[in-house]
Amino acid sequence: MAGFSYFPHTDDDIRVMLERVGVRSLDDLYSDVPADFIYKGEYDLPAAMSEQEVRDFFEELGKKNTQLKVFVGQGAYDHYVPSVLPYITSRSEFLTAYTPYQCEISQGTLRYIFEWQSMVCRLTGMDVANASMYDGPSAAAEALRMSVACTRKRNKVVVSTKLMQNVLDVVKTYLKYPDIEVVYAWDVLTELGPDVAGVIVPSICRHGVIQDLTGIADAVHAAGALLIEYCDPSALAVLKTPAEWGADIAVGDGQSLGIPLCYGGPYVGFLACKSDYMRKLPGRIVGQSVDASGKRCFVLTLQAREQHIRREKATSNICSNQSLMALWVTVYLSLMGPEGLRKVNELSCAGAHYLYDELLKTGRFEEAFPGRPFLKEFCLKPLVPVATLQQKLLDAGFFGALELDGYVTFCVTEKRTKAEIDALVAVVKEIAL
Amino acid sequence: MRYYDKLIFELSHKGRTGYSLPGSSLGKVALPSELLRKSPLDLPEVSEVDVVRHYTNLSQMNFGVDTGFYPLGSCTMKYNPKINEEIAAHPLFAGLHPLQPAETVKGAQEVIDGLDAALAAITGMKHFTFLPCAGAHGELTGLMLMREYHLAKGDTARVKVIVPDSAHGTNPASAAVCGLEIVEVKSGADGLVDVEALKPLLGPDVAGIMMTNPNTLGLFERQIGEIAKLVHEAGGLLYYDGANMNPLLGKVRPGDMGFDIMHLNLHKTFSTPHGGGGPGSGPVGVGERVLPYLRIPQTSGFHGNFGVMLRAYAYILMLGREHVKMAGPLATLSANYIKESLKDCYKLPIPTVCKHEFVFDGLINDGAREGKAGATTLDVAKRLLDYGYHAPTIYFPLLFHQALMIEPTETESLETLDDFIAVMKKIAAEAAEDPDILHGAPHNAPIGRPDETTAARNPILKA
Amino acid sequence: MSKILDELLYSESHEWVKVDGNIAIIGVSDFAQAEMGDITYVDVPAEGDTVTKEEDFGALESVKASSELYSPVSGEVVAVNEELEDKPELINEDPYGAWIIKVEMSDKSELETLLNAAAYAEIAK
Repeated sequence: MAGFSYFPHTDDDIRVMLERVGVRSLDDLYSDVPADFIYKGEYDLPAAMSEQEVRDFFEELGKKNTQLKVFVGQGAYDHYVPSVLPYITSRSEFLTAYTPYQCEISQGTLRYIFEWQSMVCRLTGMDVANASMYDGPSAAAEALRMSVACTRKRNKVVVSTKLMQNVLDVVKTYLKYPDIEVVYAWDVLTELGPDVAGVIVPSICRHGVIQDLTGIADAVHAAGALLIEYCDPSALAVLKTPAEWGADIAVGDGQSLGIPLCYGGPYVGFLACKSDYMRKLPGRIVGQSVDASGKRCFVLTLQAREQHIRREKATSNICSNQSLMALWVTVYLSLMGPEGLRKVNELSCAGAHYLYDELLKTGRFEEAFPGRPFLKEFCLKPLVPVATLQQKLLDAGFFGALELDGYVTFCVTEKRTKAEIDALVAVVKEIAL
Repeated sequence: MRYYDKLIFELSHKGRTGYSLPGSSLGKVALPSELLRKSPLDLPEVSEVDVVRHYTNLSQMNFGVDTGFYPLGSCTMKYNPKINEEIAAHPLFAGLHPLQPAETVKGAQEVIDGLDAALAAITGMKHFTFLPCAGAHGELTGLMLMREYHLAKGDTARVKVIVPDSAHGTNPASAAVCGLEIVEVKSGADGLVDVEALKPLLGPDVAGIMMTNPNTLGLFERQIGEIAKLVHEAGGLLYYDGANMNPLLGKVRPGDMGFDIMHLNLHKTFSTPHGGGGPGSGPVGVGERVLPYLRIPQTSGFHGNFGVMLRAYAYILMLGREHVKMAGPLATLSANYIKESLKDCYKLPIPTVCKHEFVFDGLINDGAREGKAGATTLDVAKRLLDYGYHAPTIYFPLLFHQALMIEPTETESLETLDDFIAVMKKIAAEAAEDPDILHGAPHNAPIGRPDETTAARNPILKA
Repeated sequence: MSKILDELLYSESHEWVKVDGNIAIIGVSDFAQAEMGDITYVDVPAEGDTVTKEEDFGALESVKASSELYSPVSGEVVAVNEELEDKPELINEDPYGAWIIKVEMSDKSELETLLNAAAYAEIAK
């Protein structure tokens, strides 16, 4: 269409096409729509913009955001994003591809998903992973539903209230309607019983404390239930894996593995399990096979589990994944390797402990959980008004001290320099006690 | 496209490095050893150039919208404008933490509000939530809203959802997650919902009806006004599955047809890329009837796929109130043009004017003869790959055995459509001459047809 | 034309039953395996589970389909054909040899509601 670059039709083209179809006008193509439903008004939309105007428009909107140094985690972590990631993931062969149903022309997508599944298994120690979920919180909810499907005649799940708030919120939403009883407990072991199908606990609690899960798996298994562990996959480079703790299912959000914060999404969830439960995994799974001539190839497999075949008996209604975000993570892990990921954790951990110590030294905080181990995220008890603290930090360009359960929470990644940490501490020191 | 047979793990060499991280002046913190990982972490050890070449090679085995035409029914594979990508990666948005205080994310909030208002204007709904990350996720969220509506009114008896027999496959699975039960209503011979068959299904146990309009055959449900009246009188709600919204873009608004809740697929109607299966975005809109009882279910962790919302908003601003009116009609024109051009070679069970898509029921002459099986819809689909096209949607809807569902969208030129039509005719001629040409297809793709049976019997799911 | 063995009983959902005293040996018919295509997985109950007539006790999976298995009789599962775990194709190759479960019947009179070969032949076409 003259003047609009996404519609290639010239007036002549439209005339030729209408002729072939055998109607006189574009309106005639809607002759089957009752006249009442044809929208005759002007759409209440802005006037069409040129590309440059769109660019300027978002530039102006972007300036209304305050760019802050992020010192908060709670499920979204400001880790370093290598330049290779946006470069590879914006290749249009990946970006503009459909779901890999036509495997003969989707081997690129299928191969990286296979690599993603392999890497998720290597991080968690699990046997099988799916092609990814929408995000960590929804993966947690799906894992709980899965535990009910894996155990016969049990329909109660126990959810640890040590999980982060957004995980709890999504779990609560997903499990509200089906015939599953949900119990929330700080100490999940108090709620075990013969009708419990699954128990979910975090590997790092909402306050940042690394959990010692000794004995939990044994107790859960003795009660005939499955143990689900919610974990930060970045931290699994150094922390005991779900498999090592004895968990049956591992879930979490892959955002901490190279995905930009982007105001909360898109991120990517992962869901992995022991091989016994493979047939109950929700979502897509890629498997290795050979083609007619014996070449190694990759296909979507075990589809009989899925919603389009199992319909209402499927474990989940999920029918896509967050493929491109799984690619971000796969490329990130390829670049980082075991050493790089370990270093990310060491740097974050060192930065967090430095901030923790320096903040305590200001006298404006007390320890919330003295002696408890933490990695990159922690809580402190504020001795100054939280609103003042937060505002002073904002004024100085920091996002930190998010209020949580009567404490304030901070997070430090390898992106935060010592100078930035010192600057934040200097702001805190200025607050009157 | 070129076959490339490596996995990243196979490029690994001990001691090679692909990362670049700063040194530390803060020393090392010792964590309690009983909390530490014992098993080695077997990730690839590769250089940056290894990584870049590997994934570039992988990409070259992939077909995307930028490679060629997707006649993929019900998937609306329109062109993905590049300005969308630029906006989505904008550093003034990409660095925002989802829990930042409201006064520091005013620009992001304006994006959400602006997109909300635009989608409301386009659909006739009142407001949208952007939490759902995909179409099926939107459907789930929408059904939860439907349940909440009835529960908020103290009505706990409404547990049934009516869907037409031509509906998308996710519907029953989504309903089950919400504790709802699916009841099917039959279509008539004309492919439309049979209103007489619907009437006896309506009652005090019905939460609502889920419909696509146009339906999966690409036909407009003409009696939607009557259906809406009946469902509302019975106390139910109408749910609009926005998978097929594209032909109505700029022409018909679901809200005006009586729908109360709907989801859109921003990755279909609003030009955001499919990303090989996600991330998408499935915002859910509600109309006036639902608004007073609105309780938005938290179905994802933060604010939904904000990056996808930025893309869709950029597209809508390019489209504007001027061009939006042409989107649906041009998509509809393209579909009818292909349908009319190919109906001599492919069986057309429903010959009336279609909307964005239509369904063939296999070849008119599949070449079957003594001792030789004819070419199937699968064969036609695989042969198309040889000619540089993605396959259409096949074997859906289930109403026809050899269903081949074609949806072109408004971003394809007349030349592209003509080339596709010529190839479809050529394939039909090949089938008539020797169906074996099709049976063995694809011949030119990086791989031939895979052994899916062995893959499912003896799953190899990781390296 | 699918194979139907005269000495067996059948359900309308295409399971066959061979009666051995109080034990019902259960599999799926030749017609059912042909409809499914290449079977890739058989989901079975555990020994000791109870099954109820006309309720599902497992499922067959192929590449693009899944079909519930419905028990023709009620009782306790006393044996499960473990060979099918690694070789689900046995059902395709020999549907009447590849039994799926053995059930100790709690109510033998339920057998009376099943179809004989002639009656089943009317359905399986």
